[in-house]
Amino acid sequence: MKAFTDLEKKEYHNIWVVAEVLSGEIQTVTYELLGVARTLANLKKSEVWVVVMGYNLEEKLKSFFEYGADVVILVDNPVLFGFIDELEAKTIKRLITKYKPEVVICGATSRGRALIPRVAVMTYSGLTADCTGLSIDSENGDLLQTRPAFGGNIMATIRSSHHRPQMATIRPRVMRLPSPDFGRTGRIVKEKVYFGDTKKIKRIISIFHDTETAVNLADAQIIISGGRGMKGPKGFNLLKKFAEKVGGAAVGASRAAVDAGWISYAHQIGQTGQTVQTKVYIACGISGQIQHLVGMQSCDLIIAIDQNPNTPMMQIADIAVVGDVFEIIPEIIKEITTL
Amino acid sequence: MKIVICLKQVPATNDTKIDPETKRIIREGVKAILNPFDTYAVEEAIQLRDKFGGEVIALSMGPPKAEEILKEALALGVDRAILLSDRAFGGSDTWATSYALAKAIKKISDVDLVICGKQAIDGDTAQVGPGIAAHLGWSQATYVMAIEEVSSFFIRVKRMHEDGYDICEMPFPVVITVVKDINIPRVPTLKGRLASLKKEIPIWKPKDIKVDKSKIGLDGSPTRVVKIEPPKPRHINTKKIEGSAPECARSLLRELRLRNII
Ligand SMILES: Cc1cc2nc3c(=O)[nH]c(=O)nc-3n(C[C@H](O)[C@H](O)[C@H](O)COP(=O)(O)OP(=O)(O)OC[C@H]3O[C@@H](n4cnc5c(N)ncnc54)[C@H](O)[C@@H]3O)c2cc1C
Ligand SMILES: Nc1ncnc2c1ncn2[C@@H]1O[C@H](COP(=O)(O)O)[C@@H](O)[C@H]1O
Repeated sequence: MKAFTDLEKKEYHNIWVVAEVLSGEIQTVTYELLGVARTLANLKKSEVWVVVMGYNLEEKLKSFFEYGADVVILVDNPVLFGFIDELEAKTIKRLITKYKPEVVICGATSRGRALIPRVAVMTYSGLTADCTGLSIDSENGDLLQTRPAFGGNIMATIRSSHHRPQMATIRPRVMRLPSPDFGRTGRIVKEKVYFGDTKKIKRIISIFHDTETAVNLADAQIIISGGRGMKGPKGFNLLKKFAEKVGGAAVGASRAAVDAGWISYAHQIGQTGQTVQTKVYIACGISGQIQHLVGMQSCDLIIAIDQNPNTPMMQIADIAVVGDVFEIIPEIIKEITTL
Repeated sequence: MKIVICLKQVPATNDTKIDPETKRIIREGVKAILNPFDTYAVEEAIQLRDKFGGEVIALSMGPPKAEEILKEALALGVDRAILLSDRAFGGSDTWATSYALAKAIKKISDVDLVICGKQAIDGDTAQVGPGIAAHLGWSQATYVMAIEEVSSFFIRVKRMHEDGYDICEMPFPVVITVVKDINIPRVPTLKGRLASLKKEIPIWKPKDIKVDKSKIGLDGSPTRVVKIEPPKPRHINTKKIEGSAPECARSLLRELRLRNII
């Protein structure tokens, strides 16, 4: 392995964020990443750059600056409207060689997780998936990347001292969305798609948006979530009623409930489902195994309703209601109605 | 069609131990299984072969014990299996793993399609599939939920995304990673199991696949695990609510109103 010398490492500057663009729309995860990137850049006294690849995005760049970017590299081309992994990877590799970023972070989304490993191989960079924390080593300035491993039983800290750039993916809603600074502006650099010697390229035949798979747990303020304790689809109907009464609440689920077929996978929260960071999370009949906790433990207020007061969920909850969900929830619904 | 499936043996999630020295997983003496996501790769490859002809080769990198999962694949109907196993491969991260696997695929030669699982349940990175594609310079499609069409020149697949899916077409050779929606894996038959016992599994060493030795193992891996610790507990002061159901409901609503939630 050709390790970088300290001198070579010094040529690499700035924190890059690879923007997540879906069919011409910039996704929120990009702004969340800008928040961490800003913190890291301030520590390193360097800049935050965003790489945006897509089509017809010129009008949409302002928000990057408002959320903390100093420079936006725009690669705008109709060919980038759909997701062509190979082309985007080649283009980013080109940009990395040209501008030498010290750190590159990207959303751990279906696209990010396809794209960045490819880039990491092409640039011989260390890449850490699904980080939940990023910090700077005060001694040597390396990026310290923390991520859960083995289903959340272990937190591992990873670094790649001898290679640049250092790369990481971060799941949506793991980092806090920073507040925008509306006057803030920055510099735009335009770059071209790098086709290289690509002769035969992937063709995107069609793109479908499927609202059923995109249950908007993310946009909800309150999630009412059910587990095995809800006993069946009827239990989930009760939760849906509860959610309607509360207003603006979404229904989530543990894997046990999803595996039993009581509710679709799109509602699953946890290591192999979605990560959520809502104001309120109400866990009904969920014991709170680590794989579930990693997906919801950073919600602001956690309420658990369970007949067993000793479950992990009841231990980490802010409010632990001890009792039978089938007795308590109907009472709550009744109480809200009579308000 | 010549298909390679990449299979990983993983520890059953709950009894994981870490070597304090190397910070790597201790695999000896731990119950190990075929990575659940890889069972879909096995099934898809067998179905494709049965439909279009050709050969399915199972490939794994790991300790000698990883032979177990290759036997399992053979019992399911895979034609042959190869194990990359050598001390020098130990400690490889996803960069070095995908490099070694790519080199083995090159040696197998004339491969049209590589199928990986979506991710391994131990590392959970989902990086090895695209990594192999990058090392080989091939096209890739991740999170494939259906193969729509196969011709002699291209493959058309349906990829799953958070907001729906897309359909794309790529010229061979291709690397794909598959999700569980793609098929329902079969279970091995007794006949299959017996047949698998007779099959030899060759073990390939670094020199067999012509790897650059500085690019494999711990030394060839750009990432280093520097610390391992239990997750931090959430700091809270739990407020316990007990009593009859109506009492519980009222107390909870009081708490919610106090916080302006409802
Ligand atoms: C690799 C891997 C990945 C995983 N990923 C996920 C994931 O993403 N998300 C996830 O959720 N899980 C995941 N799991 C599964 C996880 O380990 C647990 O099995 C699962 O979360 C348990 O779901 P549960 O809490 O609903 O069920 P249980 O653990 O069975 O808990 C049910 C709870 O309901 C309570 N209860 C029962 N009846 C009543 C009643 N009438 N009133 C009140 N309370 C009642 C019980 O006291 C109990 O606490 C994963 C596991 C593995 C190995
Ligand atoms: N050591 C290995 N040997 C064979 N295949 C592997 C190995 N590691 C990973 N893979 C393949 O790559 C996929 C993704 O693994 P990972 O990137 O570790 O999450 C797995 O589902 C396997 O198909």
